[in-house]
Amino acid sequence: MALRGQSVPRLEDARLITGRGRYTADIQLAGQLTALMVRSPHAHARIRSVDGDRARALPGVHAVYTGQDTKGVLNPIPTAWLPPGSDLATTDHPALAWDVVRYVGDAVAMVVADSLAAARKARDLIEVDYEPLPAVTGVTEATAPGAPLVHEGVPGNRALFWHAGASTDEVEAALRQAEVRVRLPLVQQRLIPNPMEPRAAVAQYDPSTGKLTLWATSQNPHIHRLLVAGVLGLPEHRVRVIAGDVGGGFGSKIACYPDEVLVAHAARELRRPVRWVEERREHFVATTHGRDHVEEVELGGTRDGILTALKVRARANLGAYLSTAAPGVPTILFGLIVNGAYDIPHVAVDVEGVYTNTTPVDAYRGAGRPEATFLIERLVDRFAREVGMDPVEVRRRNLVAADRFPYTNALGITYDSGRYHAALDRALAMLDPGQVSRHREEARRQGRLLGVGVSTYVEMCGLGPSEVAGAVGFQGGLWEHALVRVLPTGKVMVMTGASPHGQGEETTFAQLVADRLGCSLDDVEVMHGDTDLVSMGWGTYGSRSTAVGGGALSVALDRVVDKARQVAAHTLEASVGDVVLEAGRFYVQGVQDRSVAFAEVALKAHLAWSLPAGVEPGLEAQASYNPTNFTYPYGTHVAVVEVDPETGDIHLRRYIAVDDCGPRINPMIVEGQVRGGVVQGIGQALWEGAAYDRQGQLVTGSLMDYALPKARFFPPIETDALETPAAHNPLGVKGVGETGTIAATPTIVNAVLDALAPLGIHNLDMPLTPERVWQAIEASGWKAAAGGQGGVQA
Amino acid sequence: MVATEERVAITLAVNGRDEQVSVEPRWLLSDVLRRECGLKGVHVGCEHGVCGACTVLLDGEPIRSCLMFAVQAVGHQLTTVEALGTADHLDPVQQAFWEAHGLQCGFCTPGMVLTARALLDRNPNPDEETIRETLSGNLCRCTGYQFIVDAVLLAAAKRAEDAEQGA
Repeated sequence: MALRGQSVPRLEDARLITGRGRYTADIQLAGQLTALMVRSPHAHARIRSVDGDRARALPGVHAVYTGQDTKGVLNPIPTAWLPPGSDLATTDHPALAWDVVRYVGDAVAMVVADSLAAARKARDLIEVDYEPLPAVTGVTEATAPGAPLVHEGVPGNRALFWHAGASTDEVEAALRQAEVRVRLPLVQQRLIPNPMEPRAAVAQYDPSTGKLTLWATSQNPHIHRLLVAGVLGLPEHRVRVIAGDVGGGFGSKIACYPDEVLVAHAARELRRPVRWVEERREHFVATTHGRDHVEEVELGGTRDGILTALKVRARANLGAYLSTAAPGVPTILFGLIVNGAYDIPHVAVDVEGVYTNTTPVDAYRGAGRPEATFLIERLVDRFAREVGMDPVEVRRRNLVAADRFPYTNALGITYDSGRYHAALDRALAMLDPGQVSRHREEARRQGRLLGVGVSTYVEMCGLGPSEVAGAVGFQGGLWEHALVRVLPTGKVMVMTGASPHGQGEETTFAQLVADRLGCSLDDVEVMHGDTDLVSMGWGTYGSRSTAVGGGALSVALDRVVDKARQVAAHTLEASVGDVVLEAGRFYVQGVQDRSVAFAEVALKAHLAWSLPAGVEPGLEAQASYNPTNFTYPYGTHVAVVEVDPETGDIHLRRYIAVDDCGPRINPMIVEGQVRGGVVQGIGQALWEGAAYDRQGQLVTGSLMDYALPKARFFPPIETDALETPAAHNPLGVKGVGETGTIAATPTIVNAVLDALAPLGIHNLDMPLTPERVWQAIEASGWKAAAGGQGGVQA
Repeated sequence: MVATEERVAITLAVNGRDEQVSVEPRWLLSDVLRRECGLKGVHVGCEHGVCGACTVLLDGEPIRSCLMFAVQAVGHQLTTVEALGTADHLDPVQQAFWEAHGLQCGFCTPGMVLTARALLDRNPNPDEETIRETLSGNLCRCTGYQFIVDAVLLAAAKRAEDAEQGA
C-alpha cells in the first residue's frame, strides 16, 4: 500500500499518550543540582551592586553567579541574522547583566543549589542594589526626540533601517496617479508564544573528556551547539546538544538564551549536572516575544479595482537586545512579501527596528509573514469599501493568475506555483454566500451584527537556498541533512537534521521511507535532535522540515535504492537498468518470477560475500539537500462572525480554511497543523496581547492576564485542500506549519470590521476584546441613531 | 538563619499503590508526584493553576496537582496518566487520542486525557458543547482543540462499544 498520502496515526504518540515522553525537565541525573535565575524587576536600571554572600552561606547552595563573575568569562550572546544594508546597530548582550539591566526579566544572577527549595531560599537572599533609569517601551516614545537610550551607543534607539522594493519617490508618484488610495494606521500587537512546555536546560560536564552535554528545549540543536560553544569558548566537537521531546516552540525555542549558557557554565565549573526549568511567570518576561509592529500603510489603484501601488512604513519593536534571528523577521521575512498574493507593480517598504526596554522579540509562528499578510489583507478590504466593490471581487481581479508562475513580485522573490483563484472559489463554495445573506438578515432583525471576512494569503517558507541565506545575512546554511541506514535485517534507521517538536515528522518521514522501500512503518525509526547522532541540521522552523529535511531524506533514499539495485541486479544476474523496486521487492522488468526482497538485498549488502565489483559493503546513504527556492503555500480563509452590539462580544460562527501546501504526505497531520495554526492566529485577532505599563512592567505577566484560546471559543474549523506541487523540491511540498496562523488573523479582523461597517467603523486595533469593540460601537453614535433599540440601519 | 523545613512521612495512594514519601509540608503534589514518585507524566506547565497540564485524578475527579500540597492528598486515591494504560494496552481515551490525532507536542496530553476520562466516567455520552466546556480548563497550544474534541467523542463511542461487548 502506498503510504504517502495516508492519514496514518503517529508513531510518536505511543509514548506521549502514556505519559512516557522524554522532555528536558524530566531528566534526573545523579548528583544533579538546581539552578534559578534572579531577574531584574526594573525595565531599566543601573546595577550598583549584587550581593550574593548571604545566599552563598546557606546550606545546600553550591554557587551564586553574578554579572561580575561571568563578565569576560562568557562571550556575549550572539545575533545570528545580520541583514545587509540594514545599518544594523548590534550591542553586547551579556548572559548576566553586570552594569545595566534593560528589561524586566533581564537576568542578573544565578543560584545553584541541591534542591529547588534551597535554590528558592537562596534566590530570595540575593540583594541587588538598582538605580532606576527612565524606560521606553513602545516604538513611538522610543523614537521621539530626547527619548531615554536603551543602549548608550545607539542614537535614537534605532537598531536597524531597511528598505526594499522601488524607491519611495517612485511609489509615491504611483500613489498620486492612482484613482483611489487608502491609508491605514495599523498596530500588530506584541504576542507571547506560550508553548505548553516551558523552556528547560540540563547540562553535564565530563572533566575526563572535556565534553559538555546539554539537554535543551530546542528547535535547532545544531545551531545551539554552535552558539553555546561560542559563548562558552568550548570547541564545537566537545559540545553535545540533545533536544528530546520538545513541548511546542512556535519560534520561541530557536534563540540562544542566557539561561542554557549559564547552566552549561555552572556544570563546567561545579563538575555536577545542573538543571534549570523555566517558571511560567519567567516565560512571560524571559522568553522571546513576537510581532509588535506599528505601521502606516497605503494602497492605491483604479476605480475598477486594479491595485497599482503599495507603500509600507513599519516600525518594529525589537526589545532590549537583538535576539538570535530577530533582525531578519521584520525585514526579510516581512518586507519581501507585503504585496501578498496580488500582482502590484509599485511597492516600497521601509522598516525601522527599534530598541526598547522590553523583552527581546524574535520569531513567533509565521515570523514576519503574518505581519505582511495582515497589512495587505486589511488594505484590500479597505480599498474595496472605498471603491464600492465586494472585497472578494477586488481579490479576484488582483490575485496572481495560475498561468503566471513562476511569478516574480515587485520585491524580487519568485513564487513557485499556485492556483489562487481556485482556492478562492473552493472556499466560497463551502461558504454558500446565499445562506450567509439570509443569516445576515436574520441577525439584523435580532439586533446582532453579522460579518464575513476573507483572506487570500500567500507566504514564503521552506527556508531555504543557502545562497539566499547568505545574501540576506542569515548566519547559517539552511540546507538539510539526512542519513538512511538499512540494517542487515532490512530495518531502517533515519537520522534527520530536522528537529520536530510536535509536528509529527517521525511519522511523516517514516511514511516516506516505508513508501519508498516497501517496508512497514514499524520497520523504520526516525531519530533527531541529538548533535552526536545526527551529522548536521539547521532545525525546525519556517515550515521547512518536510520541504528541506524531507528533500534530503528523499535524495538519501534514492541513493540507498540505487545501491540496493546494484546488489539486487548482481543477485538476479540481470543488468542494473532492468531491475525495478516495487512494494519491497526488486524485480527484473517484465519477468515477475525473478525477484529478491529488499530485506534480503540488505542482508547480502552487509554479508558482502558476493558483491558486484566496486560496491562497498553495507547499505546506507546520506544526503545534504539545498533547495533552489523558498516554497509558497497559499489559500483562502473565510470567517463568519457575529457581534453583539450590547456587549461587544464576538461569536465565531464559521471558519473555513482552504490551503495548498502541495502534496500531503499525511493529510491528518496537515489538518492538525492548519487547525492549530488557525486557532493561534485567531488568538491574536481576538484575545492575545502583551501590555506594558509606562514604567516597563509587563502587566500581562501570567496566564490569568494573558488570554490564550480555549476549546469552548471555537466552532469546528472546516478545511479543504488543493495540492499544487512546489517546483523546487523532490517531494513538491510547500510547508504547512505557519499558514493557519498567517491567514487567520486578518480573516477574523476583516469579518468583525465587515460586521461593524454599517456603523462607520473601518479600523480597530487588535485584540478585538469586547471592551474595545463595545467602546467603538458606543463612539459611533449608532445606538443613539437607532433609538437605543440596537436595530441596524442598513 | 532560615531553618530547613521539617519533613513529614506520608503515604500517598497513587495508581493503586501505597507510596511512602518524606515531604516538606509546603511541597506541591505535582512536584512530589514527579520527583518522589517518578511519575514524569505529570507535566508542570504554569504552576498557577491555569494550564491544566498537571491534572491528575483525586478520587476520580480531575484536580490541578500544582494547586495542592502533597500532604493534602493523604487518604485519597490518586490516578496519573501512567495508570491509565500502556502502549500495549491503552485506555479507550488514549486509543481515541491516538486515532483522532488529539495531540501534537504531547505536553498537555496527560492532563487532557485524564480530564476527558473523568468526563466520560461522569457522562458517558457528552455532546460537543459539553466536551468543549469541560476541556476549557486545559490549555493546548498546538491542536486548536478540534481533534481533541473528536477524540473525546470517539472515546465515548469506544467505551459504549466495549460496554456492549462486555454486557
